[in-house]
Amino acid sequence: MLILSIESATGRVGCAIGSPEGVHVCVEATRDRHHAELLAPQIQTACAHSGIALSDLDAVAVDVGPGLYTGLRVGVATAVTMAHALGVQVIAVSSLELLAYPLRHSSRRVAAVIDARRGEVFHACFSCADGHIERLTEPAVSTPEQLCEQLAASDAATLIVGDGILRYGSLFKDLPDLVQVEPGLAHPSAASLVLLAQTPAAQQEFLRPQEVEPLYLRRPDAQPQPQHQTQSTQR
Amino acid sequence: MGLPSAESAFAVGGQPGPTARFDSGVNPAGVILGIETSCDETAAALVAEGQQVLSSVVSSQVDLHARYGGVVPEVAGRAHVQRIVPVIEQAFKAAQRSADQVTAVAATTGPGLIGALLVGVSAAKALALVWDVPFVSVNHLEAHLHAAFLDEPDLELPAVVMLVSGGHTMLVLMQDRLHYRVIGATVDDAAGEAFDKVARFMGLGYPGGPVIDKLSSQGTRDAIDFPRAMLNDGWNFSFSGLKTAVINYLRRNPEASTEDVAASFQEAVADVLVTKARRAAEEHGAKGLCLAGGVAANSRLREMTREACAADGLAAYLPSRAMCTDNAAMVAAAGWWRLQADGPSPLSVGGDPSWGLPESRSCQLNAH
Repeated sequence: MLILSIESATGRVGCAIGSPEGVHVCVEATRDRHHAELLAPQIQTACAHSGIALSDLDAVAVDVGPGLYTGLRVGVATAVTMAHALGVQVIAVSSLELLAYPLRHSSRRVAAVIDARRGEVFHACFSCADGHIERLTEPAVSTPEQLCEQLAASDAATLIVGDGILRYGSLFKDLPDLVQVEPGLAHPSAASLVLLAQTPAAQQEFLRPQEVEPLYLRRPDAQPQPQHQTQSTQR
Repeated sequence: MGLPSAESAFAVGGQPGPTARFDSGVNPAGVILGIETSCDETAAALVAEGQQVLSSVVSSQVDLHARYGGVVPEVAGRAHVQRIVPVIEQAFKAAQRSADQVTAVAATTGPGLIGALLVGVSAAKALALVWDVPFVSVNHLEAHLHAAFLDEPDLELPAVVMLVSGGHTMLVLMQDRLHYRVIGATVDDAAGEAFDKVARFMGLGYPGGPVIDKLSSQGTRDAIDFPRAMLNDGWNFSFSGLKTAVINYLRRNPEASTEDVAASFQEAVADVLVTKARRAAEEHGAKGLCLAGGVAANSRLREMTREACAADGLAAYLPSRAMCTDNAAMVAAAGWWRLQADGPSPLSVGGDPSWGLPESRSCQLNAH
């Protein structure tokens, strides 16, 4: 199945086109906060370099987060609108799963950690066996200190990966049996997404474009106003 | 492949290629899809030849934001993502058109809330890629200037436009469709912002404009002599002092009639706007006064504009409420004119939250 993947959940933005044969083309940039400017030209470049037309696509895969809210909206809005216009469906994948995916041949537990800003991280743990990953914990948001305590409570040998480690790595360095994965794998990649998406695609695990939503994991940062002291209504 | 086809009213199969022909000629007889997501309305519209509105769909988020007492950017961004596809789909259904009739996609790229703008910009660029048609970046303020023409095709220029909304208050001398000059603007609060802040203090909820307008109809507009800041001082406006004067008055007079306060406040806003617009029309030889922006729906501002025009021998251009408030038909119309004048925009355009009105852009076309 020919799939276009769209990745914009962290400081990296990019796209790839792939099939069960592998990745045909991947265009990526890691330039924080230029997602909206870069994504459409990247898709245009990917098509041009691969000779694949958008109308050839069977599905669009998108990283739905958690991650940078504006980045996610750029990716999801692009993916759902494009899928709807092409009359194809969408495969939604979590950024945390995408971080664990390149480590699938390890035998250790993988902790995927994304910088959530505001002193917090998004995270989830995965087990790896025979090239498959399975999620052990629900995607969650917490302080890095809380995550550190959670990981310390288990004695499983762990690989920890993601841009959360680029920022908070020093917090985790003394944990026993924990290895920090190299910075080159700190961002989810469109290439991983287009490969990983082949499995749900084969199993027909699609969403209609209107059903796809970013995974925010936090409420909007606003409080409903208490009814203001009314000055009036008396004549 | 066994892939169920997504239910798409605007899906086209087949013809798009990997690279868009953005350098090809522009079809002047085209239909433009406009997309607007700069603040708290998700909107899409199809407009033919920059003039004929085939459909205009607006999904307002006002209910979502009311409980916060104002627009919350993150709430707006999330709602735009949920609504963008259904709204575009609805625009095609309402117009009974299909995607292969669209010759360009225009989207507001600024000014506005960045997390909101980028939803519409991303959707528009995705469609431009799939349909292999030009993408056009549109300034939201310029779109408001074009809104009146959709209701009033015979609008005579030059005209003085009062562009009044929750985010902007400016007097614009419009010489032709793409040639205009900002004569004056607010130095502090926008007029709509003053309405919202006064309404919030009075416990009237959000948005403040409609509720103050309604209350005012039962009040006496000269009951309280609120200040008219900068009335005889240049072309700029100031509404912050007026807002404070209303709040101070209410603190000193807790028993005051809400209706009288609302009517007197509204009168002060409309008075300053219309007085300066009349003077500008006289100084620049304008043929009419035109209203644009959400506050242009205010009934007293409309009435005063109509009276002023009758007294001064000017034409009064008062677009419908649907054309005053944020919509995508005006974006499609502005996009059509920009496409003729400047050609397609690059796909590397992002959002610009503080993009000003692109003043005095020269234009080869004569619009009138």
